[in-house]
Amino acid sequence: MSADLWRLYEQMLRSRLFEEAVAALWHQGLISGEMHLAIGEEGIAAGTVLQLREGDALALDHRGTPQMLMRGVDGVDLMQELLGLPEGLTGGMGGHMHLFSREHLAASSGIVGASGPAGVGFALAAQRLRPTSVVLAYFGEGAVNEGMLMESLNLAVIWRLPVLFICKDNNWSITTPSDEVFGGELVRRVEGFGLPVTQVDGADVLAVWRAAAEAIEQARAGRGPSFLHARCRHFEHHFLGYQLAKLADAPHTQLDVIVGVIKSLARRRGAGLLERVSALHYGQRILRGTRQESRAEQDDPLVRARQRLVSDALRLARLEEGVVTEIHDLMEEALAPLMDDHA
Amino acid sequence: MRELKFGQAVEDALAQAMALDERIIVFGEDSASYRRNLLVRFGTQRVMNTPISESALMGAAVSAAMAGLRPVLDLTLVDFIGVAMDGLLNHAAKIAAFSDGQWTVPMVVWAACGGGYGDGGQHEQSLWGWLAHIPGLTVLVPSTPADAGALMLAALEHDGPVIFLEHKLLADYWLDWMGGSSRPTVTFDVPSAGAKGPVPADWQPAVLGQARSRRGGSDLTMVSVGVGVHRAVEAANRLAETHGIEAEVIDLRSVAPLDRDAVCQSVAVTGRLLVVDEDYEGYGLSGELAAIALEQGLNFRYRRVCTKTTIPYARYLEAQTLPNVARIMKAALQLAVVN
Repeated sequence: MSADLWRLYEQMLRSRLFEEAVAALWHQGLISGEMHLAIGEEGIAAGTVLQLREGDALALDHRGTPQMLMRGVDGVDLMQELLGLPEGLTGGMGGHMHLFSREHLAASSGIVGASGPAGVGFALAAQRLRPTSVVLAYFGEGAVNEGMLMESLNLAVIWRLPVLFICKDNNWSITTPSDEVFGGELVRRVEGFGLPVTQVDGADVLAVWRAAAEAIEQARAGRGPSFLHARCRHFEHHFLGYQLAKLADAPHTQLDVIVGVIKSLARRRGAGLLERVSALHYGQRILRGTRQESRAEQDDPLVRARQRLVSDALRLARLEEGVVTEIHDLMEEALAPLMDDHA
Repeated sequence: MRELKFGQAVEDALAQAMALDERIIVFGEDSASYRRNLLVRFGTQRVMNTPISESALMGAAVSAAMAGLRPVLDLTLVDFIGVAMDGLLNHAAKIAAFSDGQWTVPMVVWAACGGGYGDGGQHEQSLWGWLAHIPGLTVLVPSTPADAGALMLAALEHDGPVIFLEHKLLADYWLDWMGGSSRPTVTFDVPSAGAKGPVPADWQPAVLGQARSRRGGSDLTMVSVGVGVHRAVEAANRLAETHGIEAEVIDLRSVAPLDRDAVCQSVAVTGRLLVVDEDYEGYGLSGELAAIALEQGLNFRYRRVCTKTTIPYARYLEAQTLPNVARIMKAALQLAVVN
């Protein structure tokens, strides 16, 4: 299967507009709980998912909406699931961290690292029941510090399983900078299990496609698992409404937080002055890192892909118009039950 | 007397203990980010961010406690204890027994629990009954700021492993942290008497395993913990107004050890026991309370209002699944009308 950048861009744009609509609904209070978006990860999702065939499986984490959409799960069902409607993908039982489609062999988990064992089990079943099928397992680099994920890498190697582990590395373990909590180098750690690792810029969807194509071909041919390490950014941080982002970007809205810190800093008993100052600096460093997580063009897989297509302006405009219309219609249909309630 | 919010009270009591006891350290995923008040006062050596490695963190807390520290594992959500269960089940709970008391494991697992904000079944569990099932573990579930601080202090002073559970509807910083409070259109059914309240200037540790009566009454005994206590009190007040039924509401505060006497004494008077438990119904706290009252030889009628299934994500389904005032009143009336 060869890469079609038009198709990849179209799918990334669908996912982006879908998730931007999710963000708007969340801010309006129509979607409950936490909300982890994958805005910024679309290149990794498109460059891998769009190579799948019938019988292939997906092991997803808490940020799996793009993969579900790109695999062909109905967008209205998906949006209605996030809205908690009875018409949703699983009747409002799961929500965005627990998206499931048996028809697509796609399962998610909100427990960090759980997509590792899930990928191994899917691949074990594939090996016996659906030869030449493959499994894609997605997780963040923070999950590579979970025992269950490392145990999964080992299992996949010793059983020569048809699984591609896809690490979406944004250098944040939840909201802690990953370089602070990693011993050694991630890639060398994974290679230590005997897994071939390909490193790729996740914002370059064609590079992701090429790396994944080779790994998927190996897996289909029974030559075992691989590991794709793709760098990316989360333009919407770990989750929407992230308090440290508010503290970094709009400190005037977080005065009680700031007062609390100043009071604690001055309390008698505790660490010495130097240690306190150093702790404060540490906190500020995390805040600065949070602020810098801004939307740079070279980190945006959509901008990068679009640059290569812009020479055919007419086709591009038509494509974008089509996707905008599709998402608009999808939203109208997804929200219809809510409108009925209000009527 | 000063007033503090629930989360502030926990942190205040913990800070009081940390100032006096250098052995206490706090570590967990993102701890330094959301425990920033503790961070700037006690430094990065005692308030530490960790990798996402619950299993090893739990196991390491156990042996750190054996070797002289008083670790507080800041676990985030209690649901994540599933990843870390071996350290707790097979080690923390058993070291004192295996070593014939040579070793104790003075550690605290500090975790948020409970639902009511639409986050789905992997992030809203209670699990205190499941944890209290294991001999050797102490499980605390405060329902007010004053109890939260006093129980945290007791947990820190206790020589065995303690799981300290704070409900997300009471400790409001969880809803802040997870983004809920940034949306004025979203409301949560927060019991105000539990979210903020009077606390002492100097914290004294609570006695472990001592229940408190939150409301007097001789017609019916309601027993609960955490947010359930507030739901029970509300239901009891309405029952008094609408039906003239006076229910006593007992706040266990500690699931293990369990204050058997407080429960049995009340049931001996009322002859009716209604358990309100946000944890799962089967094989848990609600059944245990019936068992201890039966063991006492009491003759009583019994109902329970618990969570029976995986907690749904959709808020309207979630609201039907978690114990609520309407379900409590219905069960109470069923108990009360028949002699």
